[in-house]
Amino acid sequence: MSTSTIEAIAPSAPAVVTEGRPAEGPRPRRRRRVSLTPYLFISPTLICLVAFGVLPIAVAAVVSLTNMNISGLGNLANVHFIGLSNYRSLFSDPAFWESLRNTGLYVVVGVPSIIVGSLTIAIALNQSQSRFFRALRAFYFLPAITAIVAISLIWGYLYNDQFGLLNYLLSLVHVPPVEWLTSSLVAKFSVAFVAIWRASGLDIVIFLAGLQAIPADYYEAASIDGAGQLRQVFSITLPLLRFAIFFVLVTTLISWMQLFDEPYVLTAGGPVHATTSISLYIYQQGFSYNEFGFASAASMVLFAMIAVVTAVQLRARKRGASDNL
Amino acid sequence: MTISSRRDRRRTVPIGLALTVGAVLTAFPFFWMLTTSFKPLDQSYTYPPKVVPTRWTLSSYIELFTQLDFGRYLFNTVIVVLVSFVGLFLMAMAGYAFAKFRFRGKGPLFMLVLSTMMIPIQVTMIPTYLILNSVKLTNTLVGIALPTLVSAFNVFLFRQFMTTIPDEVLEAARLDGAREARAFFSIVLPMSKPILAVVGVLTFISGWNSFLWPLIIANDQNHYTLSVGVSLLNKQLAVNPPLEMAGASMMVVPIVIVFMQLQKYIVRGVNMSGLK
Repeated sequence: MSTSTIEAIAPSAPAVVTEGRPAEGPRPRRRRRVSLTPYLFISPTLICLVAFGVLPIAVAAVVSLTNMNISGLGNLANVHFIGLSNYRSLFSDPAFWESLRNTGLYVVVGVPSIIVGSLTIAIALNQSQSRFFRALRAFYFLPAITAIVAISLIWGYLYNDQFGLLNYLLSLVHVPPVEWLTSSLVAKFSVAFVAIWRASGLDIVIFLAGLQAIPADYYEAASIDGAGQLRQVFSITLPLLRFAIFFVLVTTLISWMQLFDEPYVLTAGGPVHATTSISLYIYQQGFSYNEFGFASAASMVLFAMIAVVTAVQLRARKRGASDNL
Repeated sequence: MTISSRRDRRRTVPIGLALTVGAVLTAFPFFWMLTTSFKPLDQSYTYPPKVVPTRWTLSSYIELFTQLDFGRYLFNTVIVVLVSFVGLFLMAMAGYAFAKFRFRGKGPLFMLVLSTMMIPIQVTMIPTYLILNSVKLTNTLVGIALPTLVSAFNVFLFRQFMTTIPDEVLEAARLDGAREARAFFSIVLPMSKPILAVVGVLTFISGWNSFLWPLIIANDQNHYTLSVGVSLLNKQLAVNPPLEMAGASMMVVPIVIVFMQLQKYIVRGVNMSGLK
């Protein structure tokens, strides 16, 4: 089958490939077999991905060793290699460590909440295939497709100390107003909550897709055997959803390590640095202070962290997979 | 089914109620956004807050377009979305080649594509800015769309779908003498309508919502997109909730309409990624 595909491709290929060259003629057959067509089809995409995905890593690694800043941007002659000095000043910057701690807190609070929350909601939504339940899904998915900028603005208004709705609701039950975004401790959780609210929708859809692939007979057999609802969840649903859960875990963890938009719009990282994530720190160093070299050093640290997390998770996944064989 | 239907009902009614409460709470901020956007400024400060304005006004929307430059931002956003649709065809082509051709280096190249999914934007944003700056594409709408023109995930979706196109169909076209480019446009693309719809919706949403690149690449007001314009609304001197909410509505409402119309495609995209 596959060889016949190549044969079929070959006759038409030269016309596309060898411009100006005669398509006919005594070209050896082998020459035709290495058709350029597939390469032409993939090259635009590949060029983009390399130019904006792979190449920048090399550039970042080099720039992180230089004093690249706004004057270097204007005139490359002002750029000098300064060795690891960006990394040294990075590791001695308390704001960098605080942004790392904040990112850690976001991950620790956000990732488990999202996984447990969206899995619970997905299982509940999957309890019935009625039109009503299907309509409900759209509501949960709504935050996931709307712009974070808009969402952050809405929540900023709800959180507002003086005239926000949340403090009004609290006052109805005689709770004193909370400084949602101005207290350095509460603000971290307020920002995390918005991110959880927004990110759950996509994971719910992923879990629903996984749930719908589980044959209904499994549950019927289990309930004939007398297994209760909760028991069915733990003995059928969760084990069969292992792959979806793993996928969501990896993607959620990585995206929370990169949390940016919510703190940027809600608090701009404040009060002081209380809600600054590592991504926001990199952005501020790079584009607010134009310290491109220094910011690149910080971004390389984040890249290393994400690479380690990914490698560990892939490894765990592999081990898990081989255990099951 | 009939035997267990009563038991089902006893279970689904409380779950349905709980889910309804959750859905209302989830959607409430959007409701609040819409009603506030029609409030006169003084009604957005009142205590207790008014859920629905007693006097509806369009003044915030008018202000967005007259005092602020939201007409231009909207135009820029549409252009950025249109440019990103070019990427749709590039990705479809790549997905097709990875699905239906055998060629040297195919495996490693596909791995290369997939591996770019793991690269965080924070690592690429500064170098990409420097790269685009060196080719004078900063502060242009093309420069805003370019870094996200193609995404590995969408290439992956296209490949997944296009492997299901029967080889016989393609072979028949080639026997008829159709060239590869024509076979692609006249046979492969029409057969790929479902996946084009999926990726089209995803492309529209991510282009419309994209924030970080416009923020970095656009330096002057003339190149701001809606997202950047909206994000600046809360950095104004005087807090103006109805204006902020009107700006947010401008971003959210078109997406919600698109989503409501094409919801099934988005869900299908997730299903197609092989996560079942």
